[in-house]
Amino acid sequence: MNGDNGDGELVLVRAGVYHDSVSLMRVSRTLSAMPGVDIAIVAMATELNLGLAAELGFAVPPAEPADLLVAIRAADAAAASAAREELDRLLAALGRPASSGPGGAADPPRTVRAAARGHDATLALVSVPGEHAFAEALDAVEAGLSVMVFSDNVPVEREIALKERAAERGVLVMGPDCGTAVIGGVGLGFANVLRPGPVGVVAASGTGAQQVTCLLDEAGAGVSHVLGVGGRDLSAEVGGRSTLRALAALDEDPATELIVLISKPPAPEVAGKVRAAAERLATPVVTALLDPSGDDLTAAAEKALRALGASVPSWPAYPAPGDRPGAYPGGLYGLYSGGTLCTEARFLAGRGEFTDFGDDAYTRGRPHPMIDPALRLEALAAVPGGAVALLDVVLGHAADPDPAAALAPAVADAVARGTAVVVALIGTAGDPQGRDRQVAALTGAGASVFASNAEAARYAVSLLGPGEGQQTGGVR
Amino acid sequence: MTPALLGREPVVITVGAEPLGEALDAQAVPRVPVAWRPPMAGTAAALDTVLADPRRERANALAVDRMTSARPQLVGVRPAREVLGLTPGAFLHAGPPITWERASGPMRGALVGAMLLEGLARDPQDAERRLAAGEASLEPCHHHRTVGPMAGVVSPSMWMFEVRDAEHGGVAYCSLNEGLGKVLRYGAYGPEVLERLRWMGAVLGPVLAAALARSGPVDLRALTSQALQMGDELHNRNRAATSLLVREIAPAVVEASPEHAAEVLRFINGNDHFFLNPGMAACKVSADAARGVPGSSMVVAMARNGTDFGIQVSGLGDRWFTGPAGVPDGLYLGAYGPDDANPDIGDSTITETAGLGGFAMAAAPAIVRFVGGDVSDATAATRSMYEITLAEHPAYQIPGLGFRGTPVGIDVALVARTGLLPVVNTGIAGRVAGTGQVGAGLVSPPASAFTEALAALADAVDRGSQDR
Repeated sequence: MNGDNGDGELVLVRAGVYHDSVSLMRVSRTLSAMPGVDIAIVAMATELNLGLAAELGFAVPPAEPADLLVAIRAADAAAASAAREELDRLLAALGRPASSGPGGAADPPRTVRAAARGHDATLALVSVPGEHAFAEALDAVEAGLSVMVFSDNVPVEREIALKERAAERGVLVMGPDCGTAVIGGVGLGFANVLRPGPVGVVAASGTGAQQVTCLLDEAGAGVSHVLGVGGRDLSAEVGGRSTLRALAALDEDPATELIVLISKPPAPEVAGKVRAAAERLATPVVTALLDPSGDDLTAAAEKALRALGASVPSWPAYPAPGDRPGAYPGGLYGLYSGGTLCTEARFLAGRGEFTDFGDDAYTRGRPHPMIDPALRLEALAAVPGGAVALLDVVLGHAADPDPAAALAPAVADAVARGTAVVVALIGTAGDPQGRDRQVAALTGAGASVFASNAEAARYAVSLLGPGEGQQTGGVR
Repeated sequence: MTPALLGREPVVITVGAEPLGEALDAQAVPRVPVAWRPPMAGTAAALDTVLADPRRERANALAVDRMTSARPQLVGVRPAREVLGLTPGAFLHAGPPITWERASGPMRGALVGAMLLEGLARDPQDAERRLAAGEASLEPCHHHRTVGPMAGVVSPSMWMFEVRDAEHGGVAYCSLNEGLGKVLRYGAYGPEVLERLRWMGAVLGPVLAAALARSGPVDLRALTSQALQMGDELHNRNRAATSLLVREIAPAVVEASPEHAAEVLRFINGNDHFFLNPGMAACKVSADAARGVPGSSMVVAMARNGTDFGIQVSGLGDRWFTGPAGVPDGLYLGAYGPDDANPDIGDSTITETAGLGGFAMAAAPAIVRFVGGDVSDATAATRSMYEITLAEHPAYQIPGLGFRGTPVGIDVALVARTGLLPVVNTGIAGRVAGTGQVGAGLVSPPASAFTEALAALADAVDRGSQDR
């Protein structure tokens, strides 16, 4: 269907053409950046996306969620036609599989089931939209494979079903909503490049695990594996099924000498079970329970270092010379991409307005803020002068390849209007973004940068001045 | 368990957001990307329910094991009135249930021919009038352990192949194949058609029955696996299988009836599709062994009556799920073209149901042009069917795919997930009654038959959980 009306507006529906939302988001961004293009929407024709296009004034033809929707508004017909050519080129590139795999010239498999049947895989990584994740993850479990479910919005009863079947098969389900894992040095999902070492991590929190392992890496302690279990695993309903299995797996792993368990406080009935299991293991276990009265992530890393007999360094910190402690009356604004980092900072600050842009409410139908910074940049631009903005920047595989490129100018703008910007930079020297380069760009723009989120939060509070107490909302 | 996860170099199946896969490429980790797409429109909720049914995995494993472990043997040839208890005026037909009012041209033609054959009408007009008045009773072959190609009309005096499953003890029937051209199964009912049918009842049937009594059962499982390795896919090409069958029974035919042996063997040799019918009965008896497994989402019958395409599913009893039969896409004989084609018809899709026919296209390079394409299309067709099936057949193998077993056991859940419909090879019947065959080609089943079966499976799960 072609809705090119000749004056630079173009609406197309391509039936049965599917690409994932993140890939399409990149296409949209590339097209939007072309000269003369005002708006470019390239997305699956879900109700949400059709509504978005209609709100922007496009005449949207009927379409189904399995169809591809293209809506472009350009200054003139020439710009629209250039955008269309670029669109075809980008979509054709997406259509080519990145790797043909050991199957040779055969069409790529259409389900995890078929992929597992034709190949000698060890693990599946599932990141399809949440309502479809159960099917793909179940395929992996039924094929005897462990699976990492990156997808969120998976109903808890399906999580339980998945983990029950995994127990029958003796495999591990990481997730749902598992953002990070490292297995044998391979990073899955959002994963930092960590030096190999003796620490095995079991984490109910993705960014929590990233913070702890990055600090361990900074202190010279490496990790064997990081096994995510999903944020609900230690709830009463799920009963810690994956946590128990992950603990057992690390206990059997010869490379793991110390296990660190990172989690929010479990449901009471689960806590006992996990504690008993941990005590039975041959490998020592350091448990870090994140709550206001318990550990913060930095303390957890330090606890692990002490258990290893290693010394605790002072964590890298780069306070901005221009910051004036106690001189910011405008309040504290926490703009986070990592859920656990956000919660931790909010607890530690005890005040301010915190937003977790990685929350389901912000990721439905759009990429995670670690990939797409747009929403957070808008929010930063809205922080008033005289206030303190506290952000996390998470480096590693799959994250924004150069977060400072977009963030540093926004930081400079904020600093110029009298806002202090404090950044918790979660990353390692080995991360593909180049941690030191990111630090340099952000501090160069006037931000204060900390390796420890807890230190960043405490520093941000120290900047606040009289009057900030008037700010409401978001406090625990 | 997880030592397998932690002790090995990871090889990762990735499905979903491509950047997560690219991050693995950047780490030089071998991976298997899945070309995922959303399931068929409107199926997400039912899929979720059906996949979560704790019975499903074991039920499907049992169903497909029963289908693929069946050992069909041709044990006899007997009259329909005897083995099916058909009484005068009772006819079986292909596909899901149909009335005279809704019947297509070739179905009506075959019923007219059957009325004339059974002496229930003076002439075609009389037959049509009586059929329209409801004087005959019509029932699907599938309801009587029977399958019939094209119109699939079975009347009491016709002789039937009898195939027994030596593994599970089931039995299934199919009529004797009349050959190509103007034949009853394509809706032709002229004098030459009726004359041939009478000869088949008087000579062919009894001679084959006597021959089989001498030779003993013919192992159709072994014969089918050999034929696949000789270039048949057992639906649109049966040349090798027919030759093998003749080799098996010819001495017994000669011994049983020296006076008719020549004409019987000449008739069989003149029809490359003679094996289609015992082959279909073999598939039917195998599929029937897999019926009635609670919680199974495996298809146990696909059949068309010229108006509707219907399927039955193991976990859903004898219910039919139907959609409009499509017009095949293929090559036409002589001056015929698509306008002359009737919508899809016949029970011969039992071959695809059991992992043959379109599913085994890669075994039959000789006919790939007949069904539109080249050898790579045939290979692609078979390969794509692995996506929607539960198993690979342990005995039916394809040399060109490294002796990989044919894809077998269609799962309605996998059909909905992948959007891939079964590939069906078929003959094309003329639209007008009495025309006969006009071509052959490929046809797509209606997606709605599969999505409605899926919804019914989900309903059954929901009702079951309320009962518990």
